[in-house]
Amino acid sequence: MKLNELVRELEMDVKSAVQNLSREVSGGYASDLLSDVMAHADKDYLWVTLQIHQNIVAVAVLKELAGIVIVNGRQPEQETLAKAESEGVPILGTQLATFEIVGRLYGLGLRGRM
Amino acid sequence: MWKRFRADLHIHTCLSPCGNLSMVPGVIVEEALRRGLDAIGICDHNAAENVPAVRKAAEKKRIAVLGGMEITSQEEVHVLALFDDDEKLFELQEKVYENLPGLNDEEAFGEQVVVNENDEVTGLNTRLLIGATNLPLDRIVETIRSLSGLAIASHVDRESFGIIGQLGFVPEGLPLDALELSGETRPHEARALLPQVSGFPLVTFSDAHYPEDIGKRSTSFRVAELEIEEIREALLGREGRGVFFEE
Repeated sequence: MKLNELVRELEMDVKSAVQNLSREVSGGYASDLLSDVMAHADKDYLWVTLQIHQNIVAVAVLKELAGIVIVNGRQPEQETLAKAESEGVPILGTQLATFEIVGRLYGLGLRGRM
Repeated sequence: MWKRFRADLHIHTCLSPCGNLSMVPGVIVEEALRRGLDAIGICDHNAAENVPAVRKAAEKKRIAVLGGMEITSQEEVHVLALFDDDEKLFELQEKVYENLPGLNDEEAFGEQVVVNENDEVTGLNTRLLIGATNLPLDRIVETIRSLSGLAIASHVDRESFGIIGQLGFVPEGLPLDALELSGETRPHEARALLPQVSGFPLVTFSDAHYPEDIGKRSTSFRVAELEIEEIREALLGREGRGVFFEE
């Protein structure tokens, strides 16, 4: 599934790297601990988190994630958006909470590592 | 008998992956003197390898250096650990290293440069210093205290990696010496804005990652000598000692 299909279906707000929305998403992971994401997220995964600081972009680059979904309508810090833009990491925003957005992503066919 | 020391005890060097490469001992000491500081604390993420170089660079200068570290707990809470003597500090670094998995990726997180007192590169730290240790917060604080160090929860007014942002509260009975403000919150507003801080002494430091931020926020201590035990007593307001915020 492509990132832009998920954006359209779930009415997410694209906050950075609009040029990379055609990227293929292979799965999903939800966590707010960076160390946990580094250990368990896979390449091309969509990561759902409430964290808004710039280290989330570094983790996404390191793990070659397809993008980051920030929940609860939270606004990423300025530095986060600047870094995401320069690194080409799409950050998507949703008003929904983690449980709800993950449920909907799952409903659209996205799966996590089993 | 009392002396007043203006201190910025939370300064990163080029060893921190997020620290600017210009944060070398000579620059840090010069900038701190220019800012009128009497003491600086060197606290890199999960490492203390540049402390001896800064200490040497400050020799014969009118400034004191406290060695420290900013440790990341399992819960991704940042805690400052400050010491009088480097032996205890490196004992703690050993424990941190034993519990810090992973290797750094310079592209993603930045370089981790070890330098000498002449600002020359002597090596690169390859550990994942930006990462979290496997140590729970309470064990980190207890270990710092058992090594006679000062334990301060970092930037409690910031959402990212602050104890209140990560946990929502300050656990009861956690033997922290103080809570640090280094976000937007001014010290006089802190108790109204962050009810969770009540009961803990407050300090404010810069958390400088760039030279121009050194001393931007600092705290003065009225103490007999600039030693960890004296600072601890000052934080408790014991016998004529005191703590003053500098903006």
